[in-house]
Order: sequence, then C-alpha cells, then structure tokens
Amino acid sequence: MQNILTTVQANTTAPRDKGSAACHQAPQIDLDGYPLVVIVGSPNVGKSVLFNRLTGAYVTVSNYPGTTVEVTRGKTRLGGQEIGVLDTPGMYNLLPITEEERVASAILLNERPAAVIHVIDAKNLERMLPMTLQLIEAGLPLILAVNLMDEAELLGICIDIPALEQRLGIPCVGAAFASGRGSPEIRHAIEARVNLGRLAVKAMPGLVDYPGELEAAIQQVSELLEPGYPIAQRGMAILLLQGDPETLNQINNCQPEGADAIRRALADAQQIYRQPLSFVIANAQRQSALRIIGGLFKVNQPARSTFSAQLSNAMLRPLTGIPILLLVVFLLYEFVGVFGAQTLVEWLETHLFENWINPGIDGWLAIWVPWPALRSLIGGDFGVVTLGLRYAFAIILPIVGVFFIAFSIIEDSGYLPRLALMIDRLFKKIGLNGRAVIPLVLGFGCDTMATITTRTLETRRERVISTLLLSLAIPCSAQIGVMLALLTGYPFLLPAWLAVVSGVFLLVGYLTAKLMPGEKPSFYMELPPLRLPRARNILVKTYTRMEWYLREVFPLFIAASVVIWLGNLTGLFDLAVHALLPLVRWLDLPDQTAVAFLFGFFRRDYGAAGLYDLRASLSASQLLVAVVTMTLFVPCIAQFAVTIKERGWKTALGMAAFIFPFALLVGGALNTFLQWISFGK
Amino acid sequence: MKINERAQEQLELLWILSEETSNEPAASPGQLEDYRELVEAGLVILDGERVRLSATGKHEAAMAIRRHRLAERLFVDVLATDDSLIDEKACTLEHALFDGVDETICTLLGHPVVCPHGKPIPPGRCCEQGRASLSPIIAPLKDIKRGQGGKIAYLQMADSQRLHKLMAMGILPGVSIQVKETYPSVVFEAGYSQFAVDDEIAGDIFVRLAG
Repeated sequence: MQNILTTVQANTTAPRDKGSAACHQAPQIDLDGYPLVVIVGSPNVGKSVLFNRLTGAYVTVSNYPGTTVEVTRGKTRLGGQEIGVLDTPGMYNLLPITEEERVASAILLNERPAAVIHVIDAKNLERMLPMTLQLIEAGLPLILAVNLMDEAELLGICIDIPALEQRLGIPCVGAAFASGRGSPEIRHAIEARVNLGRLAVKAMPGLVDYPGELEAAIQQVSELLEPGYPIAQRGMAILLLQGDPETLNQINNCQPEGADAIRRALADAQQIYRQPLSFVIANAQRQSALRIIGGLFKVNQPARSTFSAQLSNAMLRPLTGIPILLLVVFLLYEFVGVFGAQTLVEWLETHLFENWINPGIDGWLAIWVPWPALRSLIGGDFGVVTLGLRYAFAIILPIVGVFFIAFSIIEDSGYLPRLALMIDRLFKKIGLNGRAVIPLVLGFGCDTMATITTRTLETRRERVISTLLLSLAIPCSAQIGVMLALLTGYPFLLPAWLAVVSGVFLLVGYLTAKLMPGEKPSFYMELPPLRLPRARNILVKTYTRMEWYLREVFPLFIAASVVIWLGNLTGLFDLAVHALLPLVRWLDLPDQTAVAFLFGFFRRDYGAAGLYDLRASLSASQLLVAVVTMTLFVPCIAQFAVTIKERGWKTALGMAAFIFPFALLVGGALNTFLQWISFGK
Repeated sequence: MKINERAQEQLELLWILSEETSNEPAASPGQLEDYRELVEAGLVILDGERVRLSATGKHEAAMAIRRHRLAERLFVDVLATDDSLIDEKACTLEHALFDGVDETICTLLGHPVVCPHGKPIPPGRCCEQGRASLSPIIAPLKDIKRGQGGKIAYLQMADSQRLHKLMAMGILPGVSIQVKETYPSVVFEAGYSQFAVDDEIAGDIFVRLAG
C-alpha cells in the first residue's frame, strides 16, 4: 500500500490542451526523480495486473473498459535502482476518442518515459500489433508484453516470441501476468531498457510499408518538424497526417512560423487519396502487422464452445438476457438491500452504537465536559460522534461497502458491457448510449463517484445528460438503504416510488435530449470474455473504492455535522427551516419534515434518515410524497462539488436551479394526484 | 426512352454541376447545338445561355450517375480492379446497366449509398423497397443474419468520428467477422474478440459474405 505514491486525478495529469503542451522540456523521470516506466494497452489485457506485479501495490484491476478512471503511480526496485511505474487507462491507439484515452495518450506523448511497456492480448495479436507499430514509429523506448498466453494456449494458439522480437526490433516477452509467468523477464527487459538511458528507439526501415506517395508525405512532414518534440518526428508526422487535432495544436504552439507549411503539406497529401488519410494509414499498419505475424502465429485446434461462451450468448439475447438482468437486480437487492442495509446496519446501529457507543459517549461527556455547547458538538442528537460517526460507520459504511463488493463482482465478471448492449436502444431515447449504464449503475452506490466516471462518455452532451440524471433521479445506496426501510412499512409504496422516479428519469432524459443539441450518441464496445472474478481482485477493488470514499466523502460528513451543530447553535437553522416551511406545507407535509429536507442539503441520506425518524407521524401518502421529493431533491454537497469540478460552475448551478423547483413540483403533482384518487385515506 | 451514350454523359455532367457543385451550367452558342438531342427529348431546357435539367432530365441524369457509381463499386468491391483502371472501366460498363441490371447489381452489392470516392449514389427503386430477394454478395453488417459472416469489404466513411472508432478497434477491410446476435445490438466476432455496435455503425460496415 505504501507503494502508491500518488493517485492523480486523470484530468489533472499532463493535460495536452494548448499552452501546456510539451515542446522542448525533457522530464524523463517521475515525480520523485526516478526513471519512469509507463504501461499502456487496450482495455482488458492485464495492464493493472502487470502494474501490481511490478509494484506490489493495490490498484483497481478492471475487467471493464472505462472504469479505470484514475491514473495510478507506484514504484519498484530493479537492479538496485528505484523506478517509478505509471498505469494508464486503456486505449486502442494513439488517436484518442474519450477523455480517458486522451489522458493515456497525453502521458505517453508528453512525459518522456524511460521505458514504455505495451501490453497486448496474445489471442488478438493481429488486431493489437498496429498500435505497437505506432509506438515504435513514435520512437518510444518500447517493450512488448504479449500477455494472456495461457488463454491463447487453451485455444490452441502458438506464438513464436523470439521471431516476433526479431521482426519488430524491440524486446518482446510472452506472459500470463495473472499467474506470474513472464514477470522476471519483463523486469529484466525494463532494467536493460532503463540502463540504455535516453537513447531513442529508431524504427527499422520498412517496418510499416506505407504506399509510396504517403511515405513521401511522411518524410516531407517529418523534415518540416523541428527536433525536440517528446516523440520522434516520424511519429509526429504520422499523427498529423491522421488528423490528430492535439498534435496540430502542439505544432501551432511550438513552431508557429512553420505551422503553415506543415498544414499545406498535410492538405496536399490528402489530395492524393480518395479515402481519409487516417484510414489509409490504419490500413497500411494493419497490412504490415499481418506481414509481421505471418508464420509465427499458429492455431492448432478449433475453439470449443465453453460454458462461459454459452452464458455470454444467453446474455446477448433479450429473451434470456432480460431474465438474467432481473436475476442480477434481485441478487443485488438481496445482498445490498437486505443483507447490507438491514442485517448489517441493524447490528452495527442498534448493538454497537445505540447500546454501547452513544450511551458511553454521552455518559462520559456528562461527567467530563461541563459546557453544553461542546457537549452537543460531540454527543447528543446531532454530535460529531453520535450523529456523524454513527451515520458514517453504522449506516453508510456497511451499505456502501456491500454495494462496492457487489459492483466489483459484476464488473470483473464482464457483465456490464453485456448489460450496456441490452439497454442501448432505450438509452438512445434519452440521448445516451448503452455505455452510460456504467456510471448510472455506479450511481446507485455513490453518485459522487459516478459523476467522476461520466468522464468515460464520449460527447459533452452525454456527460451533461448523465450528470443531470445522476443528480436528479439516481438515489445513492446510502439513501436507498434508508428509503427501503421507510417504504416497506406500507404496501404499494415501494412500487409507486419506483414508478414515479423511473418515470421522471426517462421523461427528464427524453426532454433534455430533445432540448440539448449535439451529436447523436453512437454505441460500440468490445465485449471482454466472461471471467470468474478473483476474490483478491474483488477485495482490492472494494478496498480502493472504500478508501477513496472515506477520503473524499467522509470529511464532508464530519464537516456537515459541524455545520449542523453551528446552525443549531446560532439559530441560523431555525431561519432556514422557517424559509422551507411554506414549501413543506404546500406539499401537505408536517412542519418537522422541513428539518429533514434541510439535512438533505448536506447529505442525501441525512434527509432520508430524518424522514425515518418522523415516520410514525406520516400517513402513507405523505410518506410517498416526502420520499419522492427527497429522492429527486438536490444532490449532496460532495456530489455538487464534483459536478462543479467536472462540468463547470455554470452547468452545475443550472442543474441545481432546475432540480430544486422540479423536485418540489413533482412532489406537489404527486400529492394532488394522490388526494384525487384518495390514496391512503 | 434510351438516349445515346454521349448524351448520357452530358446529362451526368449537368447533374454533377447542378447537384454537387454550386455552378450554374452555361454553354456558349457553339455548344448549344450539342444539347439538341437532350432538348428534343425534353430532358434539358435552354434558357438563353443557361442549360437546365428538366424534371424528367433530373431523374434520368440521377439514374445515369447511379449506373456509373454502381459500376465503380462493382469494380472496386467485387472485381478488385486496380484503382487506375476504375474510371475508364466504369464509363464503359455503365452503359450496359439498363433493363433492371442496375437493380440486380445494386442488390448484389447490398444497396451501397456511396461510391468508392465517397460521393452519394442516388437510390433506385430497389433501394427504396430494400429488396433482398436474391442473395447479395456484399451486405451491410446490420442486414446480416445471425451465424452468417464474411470478410469486411469496405467501410462507409461519411462520418469520420464513427470511422475513427472502427479503425481504433481494428475493424478494417479484410478482417473476417461472424455475426453472433442482431437484436437489441449487433454483436459480431472478429478474431478472438467480440464487439457490440448499434445499427448506425453496423450500417457503415459492408461485408463480403462467405459461401
């Protein structure tokens, strides 16, 4: 654990936007001055497993393209030398599509690593080698790790690694990092590479055969580039010809005088071909990859149909896929809603806090702390320990922890992409694509974390829509836990609440998609094979997420307790409650619910818990109105802060300005409707 | 009504000028004589020095363009003709694509909507009816049945973002694929990987069907 030096938020690491793009600086080292090794590759090839093997550190090992939201750094010791290691989000090639891929390629192109390890899937050598070729042509100090050799061998695939090494002209290692195979070899290769120092790799002549005119254009553009860019001129030229806007930006910043000539050369080159140059280049790289693996990639037996393949097929068809989805939701409910939110919470809250800790604290305070104000800061109804810590440890921790365990299992099994393809058509109606199901499902655990994950979506429109829906209509697990306990007291309340909230989710999504102009979303996704989750990975991931949760969200908890204490002490709270009273009365709710709504500003679940305490004085219809309004009500402070950070002030305030009155409006409409049908009277 | 080959090419030129560029076609008095056959057939209207396509002329011209571009597709996708020969060969072949032959070829090629140069192919009746009665050689991925497969023949490149995504995942001409599922999303296998795409993207991938 101590090996994780820093976990850098992806969007703050080496941004490639204009102004900060690297021209001539040469940091070949990580933050602490060690030589830096960067691990790159497509999603699901075992980058994070290799990272763990190298550093022994615990990081999130993802089976899903897009959930490695953060870039993780660690360090290792090779041949008596400290070496920094950096794990990047998955990317398919050097031209990024999503923000995450942009981060990965920015790290590669700007950080000047001492070694780059490209991890690829042995089974898909043909499809992954073009990126290796791009990296070689970029002059990066590359080592190729052909991972998942064990999976490939099960399929009868045989790869001649020494021949591959010879043809590519870079060190290649055959590996199955999950079982440790190839680890010593890769360490050795890194050590050798780091000792070479800053010597750039030169691509062997003719490694990639581009058509004649294109090759001429590559050379022409390379010659127009000044030396000193972080990657080789040839690699820069190829990126420029592929139309990479960020590389062009970099040129504009670093050699403004020469930029015009370069742009002209690019336009001239495009004139020669009827297809986009990026396509011509991709084709040439693929043909070269095929030539290179010719004769060294053999398949000795046809693939067999396994149980996991059959299960996967069943998940792809609505007829079997929807029952599987319902089963997953049911199991999730049983595990999180019943086991976590009821059994565990009951035990921790009633036994641990109410019987032991709270009376103990209050008793201790009564004896040792003579000042009532300080006493009420720590203990009593709203104290930091008796309220803040109790909520955090007895309610939130078990529910959120259990949810994260369940989410990690679902994630590692490879089910999420299959869920995404099943739900894509519905999501298109609300301006999203199937991929957005990941942040939204994660939102049921923690909306704050999910808001950060919306980064993996491609267009700004999709990011805004999903952030809005997370703020409005996705209750987090802490809130759901309390609400389930509230709603199961009466029949029909739970389905009614579900119907109203999902209705609002779809309606608001649909209207936002209609009102917000922008690109139509498109859905494409690689489906990783279904894999049996490994217990160690699940625990590590859950631990990492819990650690994040405690670090990012927990302090706000305590802060909220202090604010509530201050508010009570100064009488500001009474003012705020008075301001809320007309709204609460308009919803036909008792005055005390104003306090719960006020708490809802601080934490979604505080609000729900406040209602829970009032449940005896509420009728069934009042309960439904209150819970629906509370669900839709403003996001918690942590989520709002993250929304500002991710989407900007204007968007975040705009969302709040919409959500607050809208939640009350839905509550009011629901109340009117319930009275009209005389529900619960 | 069938007009001679030279007149057809004049029609095509007028169509390209008026539909795909913003030029207003004009002709010098000497050239006006050239259009006589088209004027007599009611396909072209002379308006001083201006030459305009009549409504029927526009339709005839679109169909001529269609025949030319279908011929190009046929040479590139099926006959794998060398790039430098395509123009010349297409100009010869297009004049044979009458009497329903154009629709047969269009159906065989999976009703392509752009020519190899990326210009639109005006749709014919067969495209509007989505005809697939005879088994096509090339079909868009979205129309391929579960269990069928083949090699990717070409990608439609009108949308550069979508093209970029496909290229990034290694979905390129020559890759062998097999369709696993068609609804709610198209799922296909390429090598040892599976991919899911929506109908729009599946409509951009044209596959030369196996067997």
